[in-house]
Amino acid sequence: MTVPISWYLMLAALLFAIGTVGALTRRNGISIFLSIELMLNAANLTLVAFSRQMGDRTGQLIVFFVMAVAAAEAAVGLALFIAVFRSRHTIDVNRLNLMGK
Amino acid sequence: MEKLIFLIFAAVAVGSSLVVVIHKSPVYATMSLVLTLFSVAVLFVLLGAPFLGALQILIYAGAIVVLFLFVIMLLNLQKSDAERSRGGLGVAAVGALIFLGMIGLVFWRTGREAPPPLTEDFVSLKGLSAALFSDYLLPFEIVGLLLLVAVIGATVAARKAPQPGEGGASSLLPREDFVVEETHKEARS
Amino acid sequence: MNPEILATLAKYAVMFGVFINVAPIMNWVERRACAYIQDRPGPNRVGPLGLFQPLADAAKFMFKEDVTPAAADKLLYLMAPVLALLPAFTTFVIIPFGPDLTVAGRTIPLVVAPVDTGVLLFLALSSLAVYSLVLAGYASNNKFSLIGGIRASAQLISYELALTLSVLAVLLPVNSFRLADIVAYQQAHVWNFIPQVLGFVVFLIASFAETNRLPFDLPEAESELIAGFHTEYSAMRFAAFFQAEYTNMAALAALGVTLFFGGWSLPGVHLTGWLGAVVGLVTLVAKIAVCMAVFVWVRWTFPRFRYDQLMRLGWKVLLPLSILNLILVAAMTLAGWL
Repeated sequence: MTVPISWYLMLAALLFAIGTVGALTRRNGISIFLSIELMLNAANLTLVAFSRQMGDRTGQLIVFFVMAVAAAEAAVGLALFIAVFRSRHTIDVNRLNLMGK
Repeated sequence: MEKLIFLIFAAVAVGSSLVVVIHKSPVYATMSLVLTLFSVAVLFVLLGAPFLGALQILIYAGAIVVLFLFVIMLLNLQKSDAERSRGGLGVAAVGALIFLGMIGLVFWRTGREAPPPLTEDFVSLKGLSAALFSDYLLPFEIVGLLLLVAVIGATVAARKAPQPGEGGASSLLPREDFVVEETHKEARS
Repeated sequence: MNPEILATLAKYAVMFGVFINVAPIMNWVERRACAYIQDRPGPNRVGPLGLFQPLADAAKFMFKEDVTPAAADKLLYLMAPVLALLPAFTTFVIIPFGPDLTVAGRTIPLVVAPVDTGVLLFLALSSLAVYSLVLAGYASNNKFSLIGGIRASAQLISYELALTLSVLAVLLPVNSFRLADIVAYQQAHVWNFIPQVLGFVVFLIASFAETNRLPFDLPEAESELIAGFHTEYSAMRFAAFFQAEYTNMAALAALGVTLFFGGWSLPGVHLTGWLGAVVGLVTLVAKIAVCMAVFVWVRWTFPRFRYDQLMRLGWKVLLPLSILNLILVAAMTLAGWL
């Protein structure tokens, strides 16, 4: 009755792929950021799944640190978006191009 | 029973993540991300990590995504119409499919047999915190320092540029008025 | 059906029955208490002492016209009241309401969800309350609602920190996140509000702010910003916000009495079995009622905080105090006093 771990890994791979498509194709900076959070979650899921398979709690602890780092990254990234928006009045990544037209 | 719960929440996670990357409105994408995070938290609990599930909701859904929502409202982002670069979607989709194929092949070969049954020690909070504060004490302290640096960095990065007359630190003081900034100006090309 | 699932459903039904009646009872209590404090009669027409006033209010809500702003974002506008009810009706699953019950050879802990991460789950689910405020403010397509929504959510996330740290201090001597263990600790020692006065005061103030109650109700005050984030909501949707607010208050009050006042236990009383369970439930409900009475009393006594005063209090006063409390409790636990 237990779910085999490969199911969780496939789900995580699918979420990562969807997040990658989102990060590569969106023009809105915030949407890219949301896709990156999705990818981080897929990685977390993989870590916890393998931690369950191995019976070793290291995976869970790494996820703990990944969550903290993701929070820090989100805070700094969004602060940068606010700063960029103040000077350029847009966060469309196609228009935030200082090097050539 | 466990398979049923997994299938339901996996379907919800995939569906809402598709909404996150497809929907034009940033607020809808953010709320779908909350749904995805919630489903992943349930999957964490199924995998024998209830503490991580609670932390996922507390940190990700309860703080990080709220931060996203604040910034979206502060910058007054509207739904954008021509959201995607033409042709970019095709290339990215092909790349993602190749990636999925490769990773899927690797993952499908591992973990075919059932995982060992969950022991009380594995799931318990005591075991996790014992490991956290003994083997992983140094990363724990470093993460604390990282969060401090992030707070300082975010505060400095988001402040208004100091006027020529003001000093550097006075721009960090709170202003007297706390209304939502009217940063919505006409977009300049 | 699996007896475990049956037991869980029965326990949830009991807790749900308690918490769904909070809103109508509090409606009456609030209006009569407010009238008493303001030296006027209050509702006394509908039934003796105005006791059927909540029924009349419910009928009014059902028959009132449901107005939706034309330019509102429909899905988010409709989702916000539902999202308000979600944390209200899921957070109380970790509150114990009696000693362990032995039925047909099985020991059933009288908690709907006896998980290892008890208090953390409460804090996690109650942090989801921010979404209903923000979405209500955003989706109403109204400047006042938006400002009210943003202020409300900024207030909530600021006071969440002080709340969490004051709760954490209670957990230090107990070595467990489970509320049942905390109640057992308080039965063995003294009720937690005596050794941890500072933590209790911080928790009390933070819980006023978390539930948007006066003196922290600037986001929804009637004289400020029209009605704040729920300006554009009428009839049943407003009733949903109303119900969510009172249920949230009751859930937080339940957490507070379990952490600081011994929960379902009375000092010196050690009943078991069904009698113990009933006495435990009645004691818990009585303590929650006292806590709600304090909420009402404070509401009609103090004036409202201005927004910058509110933020200053949360970040510059309560957060350092809660950290100080944490250090003090840690020192006392190490010294063996707790």
